[in-house]
This record gives sequence, structure tokens and C-alpha cells, in this order.
Amino acid sequence: MGATLEIRNLHVSINGTPILKGVNLTLNQGETHALMGPNGSGKSTLAYALMGHPAYTVDAGQVIFDGVEVLELEADERSRLGLFLAFQYPVAVPGVSVANFLRSAINSRRKSINAEDQGITIPQFRKLLTQKMDLLGIDHKFAGRYLNEGFSGGEKKRNEILQLATLEPRVAILDETDSGLDIDALRIVADGVNKLKGPDLGVLIITHYKRMLDYLQPEHIHLMMDGRIVESGGPELAEEVEAAGYKPFFEKHGVEVTEE
Amino acid sequence: MTTTTVSRRAKREIVAPPFQWTTILERAQAAGEPDWVIELRQQAWATYESMPMPNQRDEAWRRTDYSHINWNSAGHFAIPNGATVEHIPAENRAPLIGDEQGGLVAWMDGKLVHRELNEKITKQGVIFTDLHTAIRDHADLVKKHLFQKALKASEGKFAALHTAAWTHGLFIYVPRNAVVELPLHSIFYSEQTGATLGHVLVVLEEGAQATILHEYLSPEGDNHASYIGGTELLVGNAANLRYVSLQSWGHNMYEFSHGRGHVARDGQLDWIVGSMGSKLTKAFMQIALDGQGSWGRMSGMFFADGNQLLDHDTYQSHNAPHTTSDLLFKSALKDEAHSVWRGNIRVMPGAIKTDGFQANRNMLMSDTARADSIPGLEIEADDVRCTHAATVGQMEEEYIFYLMTRGVPRIEAERLFLNGYFWDVLERIPFEDVQNRLLADVDRKLLGMHTAKNK
Repeated sequence: MGATLEIRNLHVSINGTPILKGVNLTLNQGETHALMGPNGSGKSTLAYALMGHPAYTVDAGQVIFDGVEVLELEADERSRLGLFLAFQYPVAVPGVSVANFLRSAINSRRKSINAEDQGITIPQFRKLLTQKMDLLGIDHKFAGRYLNEGFSGGEKKRNEILQLATLEPRVAILDETDSGLDIDALRIVADGVNKLKGPDLGVLIITHYKRMLDYLQPEHIHLMMDGRIVESGGPELAEEVEAAGYKPFFEKHGVEVTEE
Repeated sequence: MTTTTVSRRAKREIVAPPFQWTTILERAQAAGEPDWVIELRQQAWATYESMPMPNQRDEAWRRTDYSHINWNSAGHFAIPNGATVEHIPAENRAPLIGDEQGGLVAWMDGKLVHRELNEKITKQGVIFTDLHTAIRDHADLVKKHLFQKALKASEGKFAALHTAAWTHGLFIYVPRNAVVELPLHSIFYSEQTGATLGHVLVVLEEGAQATILHEYLSPEGDNHASYIGGTELLVGNAANLRYVSLQSWGHNMYEFSHGRGHVARDGQLDWIVGSMGSKLTKAFMQIALDGQGSWGRMSGMFFADGNQLLDHDTYQSHNAPHTTSDLLFKSALKDEAHSVWRGNIRVMPGAIKTDGFQANRNMLMSDTARADSIPGLEIEADDVRCTHAATVGQMEEEYIFYLMTRGVPRIEAERLFLNGYFWDVLERIPFEDVQNRLLADVDRKLLGMHTAKNK
């Protein structure tokens, strides 16, 4: 049976300002969910809080993944447990190649299971990375480039998906992976995610736009406003948002509209 | 009731090291030095005696308190004990590129213990030897350059002391249009407690090209030691010198050094320094762009921990039109370590169309580490472009977080981040093995495997 990610009444603040005000969400490995909502509603905060960003303070609530209390863990431990976050703005690390970084990430995983592990051999790793790059249609030269250094917006997002493919998490959160991409780049990234979807991967797509959802076809849609999930439903919910915008939902749920 | 406690930091008296002229003279005579060398020494000694010890009231030394040095151990000439070149770690002696050694020369406590030079380079007329040998065999050449232009006793107390009392030296001469393909490598190794005063004199004639790696090394020790150094780099017309200087002293070492490169018309000097060791380093470095169209670059990487103080005082001097200088110094500081960078770009009257740039980046890895960054411009010509940038920041949590979300533990994330931080300086060192050695030093420091002793 697959693992379950369960978010219970999660309250999170940044520098004393409450952002998440009681989020509840359950996602099973193998399911694809989308989290929609206007700017500032707390979507990215949820993503960062789930991965353990130190600037986000959890004031109340629980996150359980595969029976483990996630909020007790450091970001690296959460990753090794099988959570993954594709960043909206990945940082550049000059001097560290994509391949070397992924190899050190894989070795960290292996060492956490067995402290004596000698790490993946270079030929083994090369084979793995080549497979993943071929699967995603990524040029092999990519592996030798420095992590996100000088990458275009599209390359950064593809690199996030390559990391997702290589690290094989059980639940992946895609934080506005569609932002800043033109339609071709979006299609490439979405195709990549579609290839990785399956019974072993749960996906939580965070987005403003329906475009991404048309490609990824999530079964579950959640609507977030003012730090809460105010409505959950099937694909029809995304259609409603697309047709009428967020305004009717603001009114329906009594959320004050703050224009940014 | 309020109690006011007034505490005043007790300033130690700065005492001069116990060097004596008679000892210096005896040593010079024992080494068979000719009169002109002894005269240079004697004049410098007079200059030395006329100057006070620098202290924190002097602008250049304001942030550098070296009064805790114990001259009883650090102020006597180190005595070589017969140790051979094998005492230098093998990884430091390996060929820099591939399996073929270009040139390797090494000193232990001021005594020449090894010299080899590839036959191809010998045939080019390159001189690669110790300064005493060069004084004997190539007197005219040495006399023309030694302490004439790039280093003068009048520059400071330690410059004067160095000029008067230098113990050993490296002499490299590359004749006109000779292009030395393989790198030249030299090592000053200090094993004994005490003082060594090493000199480096590099002369590239017109059109010559060379790459040099010079290393300063000593093992960890308990008693204070000192290195009072001088470096003269003379780059001729259209010559090209890449000079990499790496310092990995033990934490009991105090370094006081002066170095200057002069670059003639259309010449290029690419000077890269890396400092990891010592208790305290006070280094003055200058590039003087004397010839029209000349280019000079200074790059530095520094990682200090414990209670180390690494202080670099740089000067980019544009003395001719159409000259370009560039400086990038990067430091990372752990524990209570302290770095100082004070850098000036000077544009002399008439040096039009010059382009000077300097950037200093500091990364504090603890609340008690400190970085002082003091850029400066002195511009006396029109139509020039000079810019500087200085930053002091922390290790960015955003980076660490990103790396950690891929499953690498914090320490590994910090290691990767530091690799990236130093990369733009590291990639200017053209030897992959040396880059890896420096990265290994960074790792060791990060993991706290080097701990400075509180003395």
C-alpha cells in the first residue's frame, strides 16, 4: 500500500504574521492533486512549510507522512523520507555540476539507510542519470553544467524535474512550476511530469493557471484562500475557477479581497 | 543602585623582534654573499632601525593587533635540522599537470632541499634556482632587479626587516619570448619554530610567458613562528605571468609580507592568492601597471576559523594610459575569525582610459566572526572608469535549504555552497589537483578539523 501525506489543521506564520490558518489536506501516493488560489493565499507557504524551510514557523497542526511526524524533521530528512519540492525559484550553485549534486544527494540517501554504504559507483550513476535524461528528453550535456548557473527559466524547471526523476520521491510538490514558462517550455515540463506519474508518485501541483492542469489532469482540486482550503472537488472545480475567476469564491467564503 | 564597570582593554606594548645586525652579517658572510648584497642588507637595517614598530594607530594596521606574538620563539632565525624534502607532504610535491614535472624547488626552514627543472625548460634558458645560487651565478641579472623596484625597505618596518635579513629566496628568470609550457612550482616549508624570511624574485623578459605556483606550508605547532616575506614580480613588455600563491601555514604562524608586481607595456599579470592558515597574516600586495595597455588581476580566496586574522592590503596602481586592473577577494569566516581587506585603486595623472575594478565579498558563518572591508579610489586622471563593490553577508539559508531538500545533510549542503562561493576564484587556478586540494582544505575547516589554538 502506498504512503499517505496528511496535513492536519496546519497553522504557519512568517515573522509573527499568520499565513496558514488551519490547512487540512490528505494526499495518497499515486494521486495527483492541484492546489489553486490567488496570490498571497498561502500556497507557496504550504510548500515551504511541508519541506521545513527555517523561516516558516509552525504554530499548530500536524503533518504525517507514511506514519512519521514530518514537522519534527529537518529538510534533508523529509527529502529522504520521500518528499520532494520543485522550486519556483531554484538557486544557482556555481562550481557544483548537476551530476555531482545529484550523486551526492543519492549518496546521502544511501548513507542514511546504511552508514557503511560506499555510495553509488560512477558507472552506475551515469547509467541512471542517462536513463532519466533520455526519459525527459534532456541533452546529456546538461549533467556537466553547474547547478542552475546561467540556466534559462525553462532549463531551471526542467532541472527540477530531472532531480524529481532521479531522486524518485513518493510525493512531489510542484510549486508554480509553470510560472515564467512559455507554452513550449510548459509542455516539455508537463510531459516530463506525466512520464513520472504513476502508482508510486503522488503529486501536489501548485498553480494559478489552468493551463498546467490541462496537461497534468489532476483528479483532485483544492482551492486555497486566506490560508485555508475553502473548497475541494474534482476537475469541475478548476473549470469553475477558470470560467468565473476567484471573485465568486471570495464572496461565497467571506474572504476579504486584497488586491496586490 | 547602578554600578558602572569601566573596562579598558589592556594594550600590550609592541616589542620589536630580537634580531641583531651582527647575526645577520655573520649569516650573510657564512653564505658567501658579495659585498653589494651585504650593502643592501646594511642599508635596509639602518632603515629598519629608524622606524618604529607599526601599531594600531597606523591606518594600515588599525584593525590588526599582533602584539600577542611571542618573539622569544618567533623572532629568532629558524635553524634547519637536516630534514629532507620528504617531510613535505607528497600531494604538495606531485606534478601540477599530468605526470611531467615542469620545475620543482623546495626549501625546509630556509634551506634548499630540492631542485629539479625539466630539460625542455632548461634548454629555453630559463633560470629556476635559489637566490644565493643566482647571486653567485647570475650576479648582473639579480643585481639589476633585487630590491630595486618592486620591494624597497622604506615601505615599512617589515619590508625593511625582510630586506635586511632575508634568509632564502626563489629566483626565476624567463628570457625574451620564451614560453614556458609546463608550470613551475616552489615550496617554502617551515618545520622548525622561529623565523624564516623568504624572498621571491620573478623576472619575465619581453614576450615571455610562465605559470608559477608558490606554496607556503608548515605543520601545526605550539610555539609561535614567523614568516617575514617579500615578493617581486617583474613582467616585461607583452609578457604574461600567472602567479598562484597559496598559504597553508600552521595556526602558530605569524606572517608579515610585502609583494608587488610591475607590469610593462602590454604585459599581463594574473595573481591568485589563497590563504587558509596562520594565526595572523598581514600581507601587502600591489600591482603596478607601468606600461601602456598593461593588465593586472588579483584574485584571493580566504577561509579563516578559530581566532585567525587574515589581513590583506591591496593596491592597484594605474601608472599609464589604457591599463586595466581587476580584483576579486573572497573570504569565508568561521568561529571568531576576522578578515580585513583594505584595497585601493590609484590612477596616476595622465593614466587616461584606464579601467579599474575591485570586489570584496565576505561570508560570515558565525555571529562572532568579523569582516572589515575598506575599498578606496584615488583618481588623479580624467576619462577613467573605476568601480568597487564590497559585501559582508551570511551563508544564505535559501541556498542551504534548497540543497537540503534534495536529501543532503546540512554540513554537506554548506560544503557544496562553499564550493560554489569560492568557485569564481578557484577556477582561475589552472591546476585541477590544486583546486581539489583547496576544496579539501575548505572541507576540513568546515568540519572543524583544524582548530586554532588560543595563544
